[in-house]
Amino acid sequence: MAEKENIIIESGDAVQPFAYSVGMHGSKFFAEIRDHQRFLGIKCSRCGKVYIPPRGVCGDCFAEMNDWVEVGPKGVIGTFTILRYAFIDPETGVQKPVPYGYGFIKFDGADTLFQHYINIEDEAKIRVGARVEPVWAKHRKGSIRDIEYFKVID
Amino acid sequence: MAKRVAIVGTGQTFHKSHRPDVNGQELIHEAVARALSDADLKLKDIDAIVIGNMDHFEGINYVDCWSVDGSGGTMKPIIKLTTGGTTGCTVAIGGYHLVASGMFDRVLIIGWEKNSESDTTGAITTAFDPIWDRLVFAGAISGLAAEAQAYMARYGATDRDGARVSVRDRKHAMNNPHAQLRKEVSLEEVLASPMLADPIHLLDVCPRSDGACAVIMASEEVAEKICPTPDWIWGTAARHSYSYLGDADYGRLTSMREGSQELWKKAGIKEPRKELDVIEMYQPYSFGGLIWIEDMGLVGPGEAPRYIWDGNTDMGGELPINPSGGVISCNPIGATGLIRCAEAAMQVMGKAEGRQVPDVNFAFSSGFGGCWWTDMILHGKKKPA
Repeated sequence: MAEKENIIIESGDAVQPFAYSVGMHGSKFFAEIRDHQRFLGIKCSRCGKVYIPPRGVCGDCFAEMNDWVEVGPKGVIGTFTILRYAFIDPETGVQKPVPYGYGFIKFDGADTLFQHYINIEDEAKIRVGARVEPVWAKHRKGSIRDIEYFKVID
Repeated sequence: MAKRVAIVGTGQTFHKSHRPDVNGQELIHEAVARALSDADLKLKDIDAIVIGNMDHFEGINYVDCWSVDGSGGTMKPIIKLTTGGTTGCTVAIGGYHLVASGMFDRVLIIGWEKNSESDTTGAITTAFDPIWDRLVFAGAISGLAAEAQAYMARYGATDRDGARVSVRDRKHAMNNPHAQLRKEVSLEEVLASPMLADPIHLLDVCPRSDGACAVIMASEEVAEKICPTPDWIWGTAARHSYSYLGDADYGRLTSMREGSQELWKKAGIKEPRKELDVIEMYQPYSFGGLIWIEDMGLVGPGEAPRYIWDGNTDMGGELPINPSGGVISCNPIGATGLIRCAEAAMQVMGKAEGRQVPDVNFAFSSGFGGCWWTDMILHGKKKPA
């Protein structure tokens, strides 16, 4: 019987040939979390909506934004799930450790939600509306991983 | 002034989890041959082709090129449209635009996918921002679970309410020989199936399928000559609502609300629940069958569970939803939106056989993408004014 051979395309240890720019607004956000552990959002001067992540244009008004505002660092869980099924993480090429808490954080003072991990040590506390705060990485490099996760504080 | 446009023929494969007996172009050909046969047309009658899938799924780009032997696209005007989960609905909207423009009288529209050949979650992840959205993202299911969780918190719905939708769709699939999963499930079985991402169980979500679908649209000058009772397109709509996933209003599908309002306005529909006769919705998970019918304005916010439990959306109910068994029973992603369109057209044309809803005047079909974008079509028996 012929041996079955699969052609596998995966990232594994290989470096992907992409080099993304985060832009001026994103760069400022990441510099602030790295250096001062502060979250900067940006406010539309026309509709007043406060965006996080910050960006150059308010899509609702199609207006450029330059009005920086500090939000958080505390907030509430806007919504969440707990991932329980194992899958290959396309970012790393290896299986993502499960379960993990997947949260959309509504920072105090922001109108949009910020995606990150939620610590699920005590699952009973994880609910929409629960108050959370960030746990910062010791060695911050100006990336989304400068926040280790959010934890419930009430 | 746009021309009136009608669907005059449809064809689809018998969708399965794995079709190693055919390659992509051969799978596409099965659907195309059936659509041509249904319309009693030959390939030479076709003026242009629109084709699409999620080409990052199979990792083979440019299906408009490599499938021409199977699609019939050799030396014809052919364009590819790829919009993620909505692809199947988008190709239909694109075909509608081509015919409505007056430039082409008969357009062949194709959607297909061989999900068995791909890493679905890996591919879906590429639709999201690499810096902000990929760290915690886990494919479509994570986003859907977050929507369901928000809806439950806002309106007090439960996982039993979601499970009831799965039970309905899987029961309906028993009437559809083209559906992949043709085995009824009970409420208890849905709730006892493995938890993938709270509150979504395995039986709350769609499978991965291999399949293709083809639809032929014709202009008002030729439609009724090809088919005595064609399916008239009354309107189409497409909506996007965010740049980053955190921008969405979790618990509500804004794109569905805005797009469907556009359709109701175009057609003069005041009470969609009473005026629509059947819905084929791209509803890849059970809770979408609750949340999104509220966004369509069929019932008020938080009222969907009661409406579903009362059997209104079952076959024989006030407004049957997914007589085909829907996406929970079958999901060849790039074909899925076009299957919804074809199934709605078959309902209007009276060709839906064992899954036919009686006396269909208006039918609605939709496509859903990534998370939170929606395309949709309103179909009707009468020629639009």
